[in-house]
Amino acid sequence: MSHGNMNLTLKVWKQKNKDTKGRFETYDAKGISPDMSFLEMFDVVNEQLISSGKEPIAFDHDCREGICGMCSMYINGRPHGPKGGITTCQLHMRSFKNGDTIVVEPWRSAAFPVIKDLAVDRSSFDRIMSAGGFVSVNTGNAKDANNILIPKDDADTAFDAAACIGCGACVAACKNSSAMLFVSAKVSQLSLLPQGKIEKQDRVLNMVKQMDEEGFGNCTNTGACEAECPKSISLENIARMNREYLGASFTQNKV
Amino acid sequence: MASSSKLNAKIPEGILENKWTKYRSTVHLVNPANKRSLEVIVVGSGLAGSSAAASLAEMGYKVKVFCFQDSPRRAHSIAAQGGVNAAKNYQNDGDSVYRLFYDTIKGGDYRAREANVHRLAEVSGNIIDQCVAQGVPFAREYGGTLSNRSFGGTQVQRTFYAAGQTGQQLLLGAYSALQRQVGMGAVTLMARHEMMDVVTIDGKARGIIARDLVTGKLQRHFGHAVLLCTGGYGNVFYLSTNAMGCNVTAAWKAHKKGAFFGNPCYTQIHPTCIPVSGDHQSKLTLMSESLRNDGRIWVPKQKDDKRKAKDIPEEERDYYLERRYPAFGNLVPRDVASRAAKERCDAGYGVGASKMAVYLDFEANMMRYGQIEANKKNIHNPSKETIRALGKDVVKEKYGNLFDMYKQITDEDPYEMPMRIYPAVHYTMGGLWVDYNLMTTVPGLYALGEANFSDHGANRLGASALMQGLADGYFVIPYTIGEYLSEEIRTKAIPTDNEAFVKAEAEVQERINKLFSIKGTKSVDHFHKALGKIMWEKCGMARNAKGLTEAIAEIQQLKKDFWSDVRVPGEQYEFNTELEKAHRVADFIELGELMCKDALNRNESCGGHFREEYQTADGEALRDDDNFAYVAAWEYKGESNFELHKEELKFENIKLAQRNYA
Repeated sequence: MSHGNMNLTLKVWKQKNKDTKGRFETYDAKGISPDMSFLEMFDVVNEQLISSGKEPIAFDHDCREGICGMCSMYINGRPHGPKGGITTCQLHMRSFKNGDTIVVEPWRSAAFPVIKDLAVDRSSFDRIMSAGGFVSVNTGNAKDANNILIPKDDADTAFDAAACIGCGACVAACKNSSAMLFVSAKVSQLSLLPQGKIEKQDRVLNMVKQMDEEGFGNCTNTGACEAECPKSISLENIARMNREYLGASFTQNKV
Repeated sequence: MASSSKLNAKIPEGILENKWTKYRSTVHLVNPANKRSLEVIVVGSGLAGSSAAASLAEMGYKVKVFCFQDSPRRAHSIAAQGGVNAAKNYQNDGDSVYRLFYDTIKGGDYRAREANVHRLAEVSGNIIDQCVAQGVPFAREYGGTLSNRSFGGTQVQRTFYAAGQTGQQLLLGAYSALQRQVGMGAVTLMARHEMMDVVTIDGKARGIIARDLVTGKLQRHFGHAVLLCTGGYGNVFYLSTNAMGCNVTAAWKAHKKGAFFGNPCYTQIHPTCIPVSGDHQSKLTLMSESLRNDGRIWVPKQKDDKRKAKDIPEEERDYYLERRYPAFGNLVPRDVASRAAKERCDAGYGVGASKMAVYLDFEANMMRYGQIEANKKNIHNPSKETIRALGKDVVKEKYGNLFDMYKQITDEDPYEMPMRIYPAVHYTMGGLWVDYNLMTTVPGLYALGEANFSDHGANRLGASALMQGLADGYFVIPYTIGEYLSEEIRTKAIPTDNEAFVKAEAEVQERINKLFSIKGTKSVDHFHKALGKIMWEKCGMARNAKGLTEAIAEIQQLKKDFWSDVRVPGEQYEFNTELEKAHRVADFIELGELMCKDALNRNESCGGHFREEYQTADGEALRDDDNFAYVAAWEYKGESNFELHKEELKFENIKLAQRNYA
């Protein structure tokens, strides 16, 4: 079934599982409409593959409205493709030209092993969260919400950091596979708010420790993470985390 | 009408205001030492699942959480935009627990259970407190207090929000609490696992069969209780605002194991979504109801008007919601707003290329905000351009992310021209029937959040889904589960080589084998789209007996076609998304039939269920309280065979009335 008149060539990473070697495979994407999202273009290609008895391309996706953080394609050398500030699912084919060749890879990082084709395992992020990405408050302990007054600017800055969707584009963009932007966003959100200040030293130390254990690289301030982040999480968060980490290390002597 | 003897809602005695307080204080408890040997399975990690799992683990229960996504944080609660309701009365505008209760019952068109809804309103304030304590960054005023806005179907400002990402922030709060328990070893997390069946032993839920979606292996898991927090079934329509993976499988398997399905035909069609642009479309995107605070909805007064929106003068525009419902205007409930949009488009006044859209226009409020800003900044005699620029900044701060998303999808700039919107499937009020304890008709099997039927009647009010999911998880189940588990303290963990587990796993395996063996010619998506088309056309925004009868036959045929001609590529023991979809679509097909049967049975219109045969002279939903003031709870009796049981709805505190928003 034809939807539009764009014809493209895809070079897509195919890999059976984490233990096997991968390779690029070439596919034709025919009859693509500029109004399709990038993932809908993949749907069309997969539909054609299935109907001709071939195996479809595996990729992660869920909400398709840019908020769940599940989709994760490295398109023409950039996480989430050529446009800034959006996820793969929000990228539309009008950003490409008829006849283009598009190269699609999974997130590349030792801490994100490939599950199949374009789908990777990001459970390392969950483990970092378990190490300290929370306020230790059990259900039922809370006081009336307006007993905690928070200056609007602090609330807004905390919100900007909290907008992280945990997709891992920052790691994929970084030449060191660093997860500093992801970790610092959560550290910042919670340390900017009075509720999170009490545990801020343990939090930053524990989250960074877990981050290192997962095999993420270090930050060398190139800023690729911020440039590629679909939610425009600021590099300032990394600076804030470094300050907190240094402060916590000195006072707790846990370096 | 008397309720079926098979349904005991277990609503506590006493006056409405005291039911929950009294019950909570007298419900059976499990002592801390016993909690450590009781195991609870939670399926689904959205607001209801994460909050329940975290809270139960904090109390000392051993918890296992399953989600099909790669992380609990991906659950579709994340996509809720506008806000969460709570009866805090921070705005001093007359809100109260009673008013939230009343608005919810009325908004649900008098088809919800009074006691459940009142409890929901009672705990709503605690939710905000809990979330703030977790560090959820709600919007605030300059004085540091929390900010509120309005949502449809209410006249107070009780909605708390975090820009257009409230669901995300609430879910990340609950996810944080969950991950904290995972780190402490109190919760075992099973991501990329899908529940394939419920295991029952001696009539009680005792565990599940799950499939590891990475290795493809089937697993058996024991639990003293099983909580289904698996969301709604809007994807039965194929196109909806749900995530691609949202499915009914867990609820449907429970249904086939004895859990009655409540009011399956109650689906919510959300009025403000981005219209369908072509047949390639895989999902629809919602534009938050909060936009109706500042956006005015209109169509041209003249049919088939070819002019651009901007070129149509004020007097030639029909602000049909303000015209028909002056008291609530653009903030009428969702079902009313959706039907009104459909009515205008069907009558030939729609806009855009497809003519199946109406305008949502921010121009007037941009100018109003701009004037206020100019006054604040002491700008005298500002030009129109200055006012508009100032107003645009205000709108950007309130809804910037939504405007950006709209532009990204449609390639049109909503700051310069009105948005085009049309209703789309969004939420399902129906779900597994539960009693006051949130337990289904299968002992030990619970349903929380959107997966149950309980609180929203025939239509959910905006910003109430987040409220219900978190109420169930944080503040209801931690108490009510004690009533059951206190009787289970002598039950030792049942080994999973028990014959019930073996048999359940074998049945799942058989179905997988069957799916691979068909080797047909059509993809799973082909059948899903075909089902969606039937459902949208015949069981969608408007339904009638003839269409529903046809739909039932068409769906039965579709089921035959699916099981004889579907093609599932690949193999079982690998990451196989087509196999995942095949299971889900097979269940959607069966559910679709039940939805049509329920809609056909309900010979009245109420909330989101609009039967064309039953409407007032003005085209409003016409209820039949004498014959239909009941919950339809369906029992599975074998293929295409469902038995209706009725739970009578008693309204002791609110007088049944024709809903009036004019």
